[in-house]
Amino acid sequence: MLKNAILSVVAVAVLIGVGAVLPRMVNPYLFQILILCGINITLAVSLNLINGFTGQFSIGHAGFMAIGGYTSAALTYYLGPHVLAGVAGDGAAATVAGQAFFILSLLAGGAASAVAGFLVGLPSLRLRGDYLAIVTLGFGEIIRVAILNIDAIGGARGFTDIPRYTTFFWVAFFALVTVVFVRNIMSSSHGRAFLSVREDEIAAEALGINTTNYKVMAFVIGAFFAGVAGGLFGHYLMYLHTNSFTFMKSFEVVIMVVLGGMGSITGSVIAAVILTILPEALRPVKEYRMVIYSALLIFLMIARPQGLLGMRELSLSTFRGLKLGGARKSQAGGAKRAL
Amino acid sequence: MQEFLQQLVNGITWGSIYALIALGYTMVYGILRLINFAHGDVYMVGAFVAYYAARVMGASGPVGPLAAVGILLIAMAACAGLGVVIERGAYKPLRTSPRLTALITAIGVSLLLENLGLIVFGADPKFFPQIVARKQMELVSGVIVGSHQLVVLGVAVFLMVLLQVVVFRTKIGRAMRAVSFHREAASLMGVSTDNVITFTFAVGSALAAAAGVLVALSNPKIDPLMGIMPGIKAFVAAVLGGIGNIPGAVVGGLIMGVAEVMVVGYVSSTFRDAIAFALLIIILLVKPTGLFGTGVSEKV
Repeated sequence: MLKNAILSVVAVAVLIGVGAVLPRMVNPYLFQILILCGINITLAVSLNLINGFTGQFSIGHAGFMAIGGYTSAALTYYLGPHVLAGVAGDGAAATVAGQAFFILSLLAGGAASAVAGFLVGLPSLRLRGDYLAIVTLGFGEIIRVAILNIDAIGGARGFTDIPRYTTFFWVAFFALVTVVFVRNIMSSSHGRAFLSVREDEIAAEALGINTTNYKVMAFVIGAFFAGVAGGLFGHYLMYLHTNSFTFMKSFEVVIMVVLGGMGSITGSVIAAVILTILPEALRPVKEYRMVIYSALLIFLMIARPQGLLGMRELSLSTFRGLKLGGARKSQAGGAKRAL
Repeated sequence: MQEFLQQLVNGITWGSIYALIALGYTMVYGILRLINFAHGDVYMVGAFVAYYAARVMGASGPVGPLAAVGILLIAMAACAGLGVVIERGAYKPLRTSPRLTALITAIGVSLLLENLGLIVFGADPKFFPQIVARKQMELVSGVIVGSHQLVVLGVAVFLMVLLQVVVFRTKIGRAMRAVSFHREAASLMGVSTDNVITFTFAVGSALAAAAGVLVALSNPKIDPLMGIMPGIKAFVAAVLGGIGNIPGAVVGGLIMGVAEVMVVGYVSSTFRDAIAFALLIIILLVKPTGLFGTGVSEKV
């Protein structure tokens, strides 16, 4: 207990330190890639809870991201000036109040997303596999078209002049919170319930697990973090457009989850980082960039069908084990389970 | 009433194109349980092959029926080949892998085709030559049908009937049905499953190519990203009808086309992309396996 508390304090302190130094150390382009890495980690790990751990195939994550992004942006844009009117100025008080209001609107965006996640999770009582997938895809597209038709949040023009509140600290903080939250829930009895829904729904039900409950819960939690990620995204770019939330974005997140390994948190993190950096790293080859990207994707999937990490997790002990040669056994076990 | 009938005619024409693409989705799904996301891009390639074929023939205006059929057949043959290459190269190595892996590979193939298209064909839209003379006919008073619409309908119906004959009246069709029913059992009965799967991809891709050419007849602007939206909507149409079911794909495609044209005509064109999905969600909530899909009872 105490150890965890100390660890959290240290982690937050390190993040604040890095967040303060980093913008001065790297150029804005690299900085933006780092921010996007963090946002994509949040997205990939939260989707992994739905797709990887609970086995509910969802390709509507961009829809949840859009709801969270637009909700929190609408709050800071319309409500922000009124709430923060008393502490206007450049002082420290204004900064703190602004950041506090930002976090509240991020959480509100996450909550709005979670409600949507609940609504999308409900059909999963009746629908399975690909049918559920296509409903989540349809939901994402309906959200996109709906936003396109709401003029108050920009409609087809896009939502402009969103205040820039997102800092490296908040991006890294929420990425960390998502990872720790999903890790903790997966190592609890709830986590085993999620896994049992994926492995065999009927057997899980026979053992008295309320599978409906867990499926909807996975959607609600996953959607919440996707909504927060959307809020971070909007308050970083200061601009939101529905073109950022097409089904291609949902596919992108699904690719991260599958490439990292379904049901591996560290796998999702690694894949999110790789897939964010790869298109940027390929910029020198100009128009062949996306051709190489997609060819690499096909090659990676054929070379490692179970994803980069399969179902294993990377941890410090993995590296220690590698040195002793003991990891081979656990690797073999992991590979067998992945099949 | 007049306007409604006009919209209906337009909707059915548009829907028959969706239906042709949906057939490829549903056949591949029926046999491999794979959502072949690259299918919409095969449709795009079909339109471009026909465009270049027409250019090589020197056709810039209406051509004779023989030449038009020739252009269509060239596109279909080229895409059948492309379908076989995709299946052998990208999907066959993953036959025993988790299904999601094959799905991601399909998305990869789709991205690859789109981006190769951007390089090979160029990003700017091309104008497909009007190889069918544009004439307008009055069906009943005030309801007008264009000659290109008749061609679209005629070709689509012909191909659907042909497919029905192939699947239910030929030896390879019987093999296809056997593989889709139970792959291992079919294989034990001496059906060469690999060949059947390849054949299915070839047929599905040829149908998509035909749809691409037919679309180019009525909307002559073609570009390398034209397959994304119709592809995803045709897939929705296939799910709507009950994926894996051939008549279901046709009915789903028609429903989708008519619904879209009606929404554009009576509500607003901005809701065009949403109606397809709204319809889908409503139908799936009432009938979770689609209109014609048969539910598989769960075995413990």
